[in-house]
Amino acid sequence: MKSKLVPVLLGAAFGLAAATAASAATLDDVKGKGFVQCGVSQGLPGFSNPDDKGAWTGLDVDYCRGVAAAIFGDADAVKFTPLSAKERFTALQSGEVDILSRNTTWTMGRDTSLGLNFAGVDYYDGQGFMVRKSLGVSSALELSGASICTNTGTTTELNVADYFRANKMEYEIVAFEKADEVVAAYDAGRCDVYTTDASGLYAQRLKLTNPDEHIVLPEIISKEPLGPVVRQGDDQWFNIAKWVLFAMINAEELGVTQANVADMKNSDNPEIKRLLGTEGAFGEGIGLGNDWAANAIGAVGNYGEVFDRNVGPNTPLGIARGLNALWSKGGLMYAPPVR
Amino acid sequence: MAVQHTIPAESARASVFYDPKIRGIFFQLLLIAAVLFFGYSIISNTIVNLERQNIASGFAFLDTTAGFSIIQTLIEYSEESSYGTGLIVGFLNTLLIAFIGVILATILGFILGIARLSPNWVISRIAYVYIEIVRNIPLLLQIFFWYFAVLRAVPSPKNSVELPFDIFLNNRGFVTPRILFESGSGFAGIALLIAIAGIFFIRGWARKRQEATGEQFPVFWTAVGLIIGLPLIALAATGFPLGVDYPELKGFNFVGGMKITPEFMSLLLALSIYTASFIAEIVRAGILAVSHGQTEASHALGLRNGQTLRLVVIPQAMRVIIPPLTSQYLNLTKNSSLAVAIAYPDLVSVGGTILNQTGQAIEIIGIWMVVYLSLSLLTSAFMNWYNQRMALVER
Ligand SMILES: N[C@@H](CCC(=O)N[C@@H](CS)C(=O)NCC(=O)O)C(=O)O
Repeated sequence: MKSKLVPVLLGAAFGLAAATAASAATLDDVKGKGFVQCGVSQGLPGFSNPDDKGAWTGLDVDYCRGVAAAIFGDADAVKFTPLSAKERFTALQSGEVDILSRNTTWTMGRDTSLGLNFAGVDYYDGQGFMVRKSLGVSSALELSGASICTNTGTTTELNVADYFRANKMEYEIVAFEKADEVVAAYDAGRCDVYTTDASGLYAQRLKLTNPDEHIVLPEIISKEPLGPVVRQGDDQWFNIAKWVLFAMINAEELGVTQANVADMKNSDNPEIKRLLGTEGAFGEGIGLGNDWAANAIGAVGNYGEVFDRNVGPNTPLGIARGLNALWSKGGLMYAPPVR
Repeated sequence: MAVQHTIPAESARASVFYDPKIRGIFFQLLLIAAVLFFGYSIISNTIVNLERQNIASGFAFLDTTAGFSIIQTLIEYSEESSYGTGLIVGFLNTLLIAFIGVILATILGFILGIARLSPNWVISRIAYVYIEIVRNIPLLLQIFFWYFAVLRAVPSPKNSVELPFDIFLNNRGFVTPRILFESGSGFAGIALLIAIAGIFFIRGWARKRQEATGEQFPVFWTAVGLIIGLPLIALAATGFPLGVDYPELKGFNFVGGMKITPEFMSLLLALSIYTASFIAEIVRAGILAVSHGQTEASHALGLRNGQTLRLVVIPQAMRVIIPPLTSQYLNLTKNSSLAVAIAYPDLVSVGGTILNQTGQAIEIIGIWMVVYLSLSLLTSAFMNWYNQRMALVER
């Protein structure tokens, strides 16, 4: 017994010591296993939500599919890991997922002390409040004394504390780990108010028994720039994450769509040529083929198409572009050029 | 034979090498060294990796402002308090639910265990069905069941169920008036302590007297009288220095009074009902382990059924019951960490929030482990002590 245990233990110890030099090259890992492991929510309609066949859909999901297409030329070379708000960073830090695309707010603390990097903003959001119409409340400033349901481990629970304190209002917070329980508890009357990112409110409202009996109050109390996140220390992977997002935004600006991307390769516009890889060798710079962006756009479309398909006016969420319109159309979506 | 004598030096050296004792020590040392190295490399590896990934580490975060609110706090806590204070709040909430849960589960478990053995067919069947159903449904489901059953069954604050004495029940909780102890009420507390000390004294005296003379003394009723009477006299003497804070419906919720949240109620219900079903089986086994001859002998001495159970059977059954009972107590305490599912702010729930805000997973998980381990060891130590006291004293 003893004589067997010793070498096993020693072996394990040496193995561990050797593992110190963990590989930082996420792209090689991803290529090796043949797919991207993408962390998403546990079900937030419009952003990341499994449909009735179990296939993931949504804006956050399409971004990951775009990354997979840029790497493999195949938007299906991606697997999704549903994560609660609380689990998400640990899952990314520990390497359980390669990229986190889960309505995650870019904050300084998260960017600097969690060992993470935000690759950009794919949705400009802000925190809002939802209440029952029957309460007759029309402003968040009338909410003093209310019970408020929300998710733990979010910027939401911190913002709400700041807001109520700043406005000298009392409140009672009921914070759940899983979004489904927040919805169920709010639906059961445990709380007067449900608070989260405004986009989340529109999405979660669809899950209530009678969505029409609830309204979202006009106040937006915070900035919630949501975007994809990667681990710090792997610049190549960080670049891929950034540029797939930029490519989708640039494509919208240049009028490149899922439908016309093949034709656009013959375009005379040098910006389009560089984006789609018919001029220059920008793919090499991020360790991919020169058709990386063409593949991503061919698979999921440009940013505007992704937005419209998942959360836009013609979806159940019915969200207007607002801040998420291109910079040239009065919004904030602005990507550095491919050059 | 003679050959052996010719090489004594050789054999001595060989025996050091092959001596099972020395070999044993050698391998033990090797094993310890390996384990230490294993632990060391895990720790140093972690530190190196955390640094390399630029993840903050250390316990300095405990002093930083938490910034989030907690729904149930036994001590002073606000958004401006530190993460450390937040963790203590969570810890106290864990203790509270575990402590009350253990008491309720024990009472319910004993009643059920005894009912299970009742000669009355209906009673024993009811206990049987209860135990089999409750024991076989996962605890988390039961927690959800109670939470949402409670929430759905009770009305909103505006339509609260009004009970006597200004007690209200609604989907924000169970709201009762709160008694405020004003200056002078300390005497009542002292009176209560005196009453408790007195009860112990009277119990000892009554036992001695019974052993000497055979006469019995109504210890129980005297105790009840003392515990209620003495503080009451003290209160009357100081002119009832008590105030009452009545709850009042203001806007969305009741303000003032004391509130027991639905999260606490449903977690407590679920934990104690679930654990009671296991305790019931332990109690049943313990009672069955006491030979029937004891009951017969006790009846022959003229003791009634209740007395037989209380004085003869249960004390002996306790020896069988206590060890497995301890592990049920430990289970209940550890299971209370499922609180996070229904927003009861226990140690794991609050710790998880802090983990997420600060990203200091290793530190928080370390704190969790140390706390649950100490709680478990303390419970075990107490139960072992109790077990020793109950153990058979051979005369
Ligand atoms: N953007 C905020 C909140 C993110 C969040 O977790 N929101 C909840 C409520 S919308 C959610 O995504 N729930 C879906 C789920 O947990 O599956 C943050 O990054 O902290």
